[in-house]
Amino acid sequence: MVYTEGYLREKLTKELDAVHVEVTDDSDGCGAKFSAVIVSDKFQGKPLLARHRLVNTVLQEELKSIHAFTQKTLTVEQWNAQKS
Amino acid sequence: MNNLLRRTIFPSYNNTLKLCRSFANVGVPKEKIDTLIKNNKVVVFMKGVPDAPRCGFSNAVVQIMRMHAVPYDSHDVLSDENLRQGIKDYSNWPTIPQVFINGEFVGGCDIMLQMHQSGELIEELKKVGIKSALLTAAEQSKEEKK
Repeated sequence: MVYTEGYLREKLTKELDAVHVEVTDDSDGCGAKFSAVIVSDKFQGKPLLARHRLVNTVLQEELKSIHAFTQKTLTVEQWNAQKS
Repeated sequence: MNNLLRRTIFPSYNNTLKLCRSFANVGVPKEKIDTLIKNNKVVVFMKGVPDAPRCGFSNAVVQIMRMHAVPYDSHDVLSDENLRQGIKDYSNWPTIPQVFINGEFVGGCDIMLQMHQSGELIEELKKVGIKSALLTAAEQSKEEKK
């Protein structure tokens, strides 16, 4: 199974109630390497490891065939701070 | 060029991978990993060895450790397919590299990078009695300014 940026973005947005998700395919199209920025208040109060675990759980099936997945997990507050 | 590479290299890579998996899909026992991660304050499971990492993400972790001058144990998962699967099962984490501090799983490349950037890594190392070289350098430059 080859996953696309759009598929991953939709799934992450839905499952994590994310207000903003950026997914980039870094694999030249073979679908094995992605990076993502995920903004969700589900991350509130969670340390980094717990946030990443949450994302990994959502993509449990997908990560079996995605070889490399880089993620940045931000709360809405952190995201706004970063933008300004 | 990319396409050519993919066609010529990937098939053989895939086959090897399948072969490895069919021979060994059990992983190493939990007890063995318990011993490995308690053998040093910082333990890294990576692809390749610190002097020759075989993956960009593993290399990033090695560079971070080098900057902080952290002494650590490293284990090459590419030389042991059982360990490669075993460590993923152990920490319930899907990717390599993996970093353990004081026997506790801390994270992979992303987390190490962010902890490095935020300064959290210096604090975590301090907790286990390792003084980061970056901290030493910062103190020295402060001293010189006085």
